Amino acid sequence: MNQPDLRVSIGTLVFKNPVLTASGTFGYAKEFAPYVNLHHLGGVVVKGISLEPRRGNPPPRIVETAGGMLNAIGLENVGLDCFIAEKMPYLRGIGTRVIVNILGDSLEEYQALGQRLSEVEGISALEVNISCPNVKKGGVAFGTDPAMAEAVTRAVCAQTTLPVIVKLSPNVTDIAQIARAVEAGGAQAVSLINTLLGMAIDVRSRRPRLANIVGGLSGPAIKPIALRMVWQVAQAVKIPVIGIGGISTTEDALEFLLAGATAIEVGTANFVNPRASQEIIEGLGRYVTENRLSGISEVIGGLILD
Amino acid sequence: MNQFEEQAEIIRQEQLSPEIFRLTLKAPEIASHALPGQFVMVRTTPCYDPLLRRPLSIHQTIGNQQVQLLYKVVGKGTRLLAAMTSGHHLNLTGPLGRGFAFKNQPAICLIGGGMGIAPLYFLAREILRVTTPPKCVVLLGGRTAAELGPLPRDFKDIGVTEIHIATDDGSLGHHGFVAELLPQHLDSGQWTVCTCGPHPMMKAVVGQCRQQGWQCQVSLETMMACGISACLGCAIPRADLSGPYLHVCKDGPVFKAEEVAWL
Repeated sequence: MNQPDLRVSIGTLVFKNPVLTASGTFGYAKEFAPYVNLHHLGGVVVKGISLEPRRGNPPPRIVETAGGMLNAIGLENVGLDCFIAEKMPYLRGIGTRVIVNILGDSLEEYQALGQRLSEVEGISALEVNISCPNVKKGGVAFGTDPAMAEAVTRAVCAQTTLPVIVKLSPNVTDIAQIARAVEAGGAQAVSLINTLLGMAIDVRSRRPRLANIVGGLSGPAIKPIALRMVWQVAQAVKIPVIGIGGISTTEDALEFLLAGATAIEVGTANFVNPRASQEIIEGLGRYVTENRLSGISEVIGGLILD
Repeated sequence: MNQFEEQAEIIRQEQLSPEIFRLTLKAPEIASHALPGQFVMVRTTPCYDPLLRRPLSIHQTIGNQQVQLLYKVVGKGTRLLAAMTSGHHLNLTGPLGRGFAFKNQPAICLIGGGMGIAPLYFLAREILRVTTPPKCVVLLGGRTAAELGPLPRDFKDIGVTEIHIATDDGSLGHHGFVAELLPQHLDSGQWTVCTCGPHPMMKAVVGQCRQQGWQCQVSLETMMACGISACLGCAIPRADLSGPYLHVCKDGPVFKAEEVAWL
């Protein structure tokens, strides 16, 4: 029997299937090697990297909520030099596309990351996390202002030869407006959504459950919101959309593809079921076969509105 | 990396006291690789509520086939666990983390409080299997005699000759905290102390060890989403409160007492 065709294209990049793993939920891939055949994945988006190592927030950093979790990790990461020296050699051998998520507190930091990573072998694309505050512009997050989102996109694109995916924050009034701005800035794709800002309180101690007080909500609880935003953005831009937000099963992934996503990222589900991404790939294959489709790309944007 | 995901069949679920259960599972890969002090992440439901796996330390392995867990019902996840009976299956990942270091210590003392006793039983059994330390003392603390249930007896059955008990209500042994037993039962020799239990108890133990110059290993517990150092949720500060955080799932759960901050 023929293998089902799960290939999708994002700009000039062809992925063997549309299932990637979301930044911050899959480490630097090695952590999941005991559980997943990494080369089966469409791609891996590694933990967000900044120019300098970051210590992250004090604990407690996570709390479980109904159907989800809040996190305030604070972008702890090993920093660019350590990432290139110690993480990339392994990543070059995993047999799938590696996308590096980058973050910074100024345009210059994003530019430097884009430039340095262009020179590193084995990277397929950059995913730009624009949820960080711009310290030089009064701490407003790049991702919540269309002009700043466009500026940071343009700045990274000017400094890198790699395709640029911009990861959008859902903590805005009109995400389609931000998506159009980063498209105008030269992004080859957008990915969404990042976590939704939330909070939890311990009623006995009357204190916040996170040391950071607020944190990002992820997991199945946010899926309907993510799906709605992906659908809205897919209609607003011409560049490909990568869907993220609570995707845990094949059916979840299919919903995002139908809403217009070209690919998806599995996030929090990796913590719960380390094999989730692989199981979704297998499920998508069965869906293509059972429905006698020419390939998974037939599903993309296939939502029927009567 | 010797880590595995196993669909483990429940062999036996025993209720030791109103809230405490002992679960025996068939998980050959985990059983044949586990070391004392390591833990497993248990998925309490195939659905997504509660969402996260529960970290539970390994109480013991039986042969190279079975894994035993000791847990207390504290919330939704552990309540679901307690409702499961033999024949059901549970998804486990493990064995995870860094366990206790033990080799030919002349005098070793294990101090457990509440569910912190769970990994110490595995440790005691392995210590007595591979060496015969001249001195091996076990100190156990619980809220009540009922909470401790058969655990003191279990330690005796594997050959621990010196066991002392403390209970909060005085229903068994010393009326008070288990850390208060240290001065009267440990002589001034060179002891290696391994402890697991509530934070204030471990802090008291660590303080006494520091005074006496004894080596001390502590097994810590934190909130944890993945258990495999991907989420970075289980960060704890280093002793000097600077530098990168330690992560309980990978750098621990067992640490040298002097590695971590005792706030």
